[in-house]
Amino acid sequence: MSAGAVVDPPVAVYATRLGDDTLILAQRLGGWITNAPQLEEDVALANLGLDLLGQARMLLTYAGEREGLGRDEDDLAYSRDERGFCNVTLVERADADFGEAMARLLVFSVYQLLLYDRLSASTDPTLAAIAAKAVKEVAYHRDHATQWVLRLGDGTPESHRRMQAGVDCVWPHVDELFETDDLERALVAEGVAVDRPGLRAEWESYVRDVLTRATLTVPEPAAAPVTGGRAGVHTEAMGYLLAELQHLVRSHPGATW
Amino acid sequence: MPARALAPEAARAAAAAVTDPELPVLTIAELGILRAVRVSPDGVVEVDVTPTYAGCPALEAIEADVKAALRVAGATDVRVRRVLAPAWTTDWITEPGRDKLAAAGIAPPSPTGHGPTAGHSGTAGSGPVDLTLAVRCPRCGSTATRELSRFGPTACTALRSCASCREPFEHVKAL
Repeated sequence: MSAGAVVDPPVAVYATRLGDDTLILAQRLGGWITNAPQLEEDVALANLGLDLLGQARMLLTYAGEREGLGRDEDDLAYSRDERGFCNVTLVERADADFGEAMARLLVFSVYQLLLYDRLSASTDPTLAAIAAKAVKEVAYHRDHATQWVLRLGDGTPESHRRMQAGVDCVWPHVDELFETDDLERALVAEGVAVDRPGLRAEWESYVRDVLTRATLTVPEPAAAPVTGGRAGVHTEAMGYLLAELQHLVRSHPGATW
Repeated sequence: MPARALAPEAARAAAAAVTDPELPVLTIAELGILRAVRVSPDGVVEVDVTPTYAGCPALEAIEADVKAALRVAGATDVRVRRVLAPAWTTDWITEPGRDKLAAAGIAPPSPTGHGPTAGHSGTAGSGPVDLTLAVRCPRCGSTATRELSRFGPTACTALRSCASCREPFEHVKAL
């Protein structure tokens, strides 16, 4: 399977990167169902997770088609090992608490909204259509995360402390969102992919504004940014996450209901 | 081999009459997710549907219902295609559809300006979420309503309550 990365068409790799980000974050949001601070929030996070899962299905289906090895969305989600996943490390983190979950959702949804907005003008018609479909949903995600970060940051001393701790925990993962490589640079030149580094200024502007209004401190740039996810090098949390995500399918191969 | 191909109008009518499993007061035509119905000379019926939300879990049920409805109408070979572009927005809900939602106690969405006639797709997310300034209570007509939760029992609805008649209700949020 690792050899596949060499022969994959670049657009298949790119779609897999985008699809893995959404698949893994959907799994993390699903983990909040029955654990959120209130019933409405259980429903909200389930809805956000469902949006992301829908995006993941479309992106991984397309990745499988372009890869041409006969793999479908299920093969890609359930049959790859940890090193085969190329999501950013931000989305795989196990949340310490709800504040951290909202800090992560803010960081990711602001980035994803900018990404999908640009990608809806991609020269690749399938990627453009998926992005145009998803961008409106992600606008709701960003709004939801913004409201919580404001409410918790500018809330009680305890909620402020935990919200700040959440922001501090996810901050070392921010740089990875805006990393690029030769594969993506070539796709950007063809008008297929989005120039990730070019999204950063707008991302900073929005996130800084929210954190400031929430009376939170914007952390200093991370001294040791966490990276490697795109190359399949993940944090410890990823193996546990995949065990939950894949164990049913791996225990009962080919089972249907 | 089918004896005779289903008439395109009959195929269209059969598909259009299928109701949405999560908003059963609406047909898929009124919801605006039925995009095209084609009948080939050899009788194959091809139906294009588009999802409301990317992760809408009802789409598989809708596809099965469309196939069943067309078989009842006389088609032997039915294929359902999922199309993404142009992306569905709540502006695709027809006027009769909006009336039916309101009659069923579900507040219809406000216009977004990104509908079937706007000729526009994408870039809607570059601005903030479209705010709904006044949502009318579908029971008493009051505009003194407030949002309880932006995410309701289905992806496309929010929960609101009315300060005048004290009733909670669902609202199809603008997308």
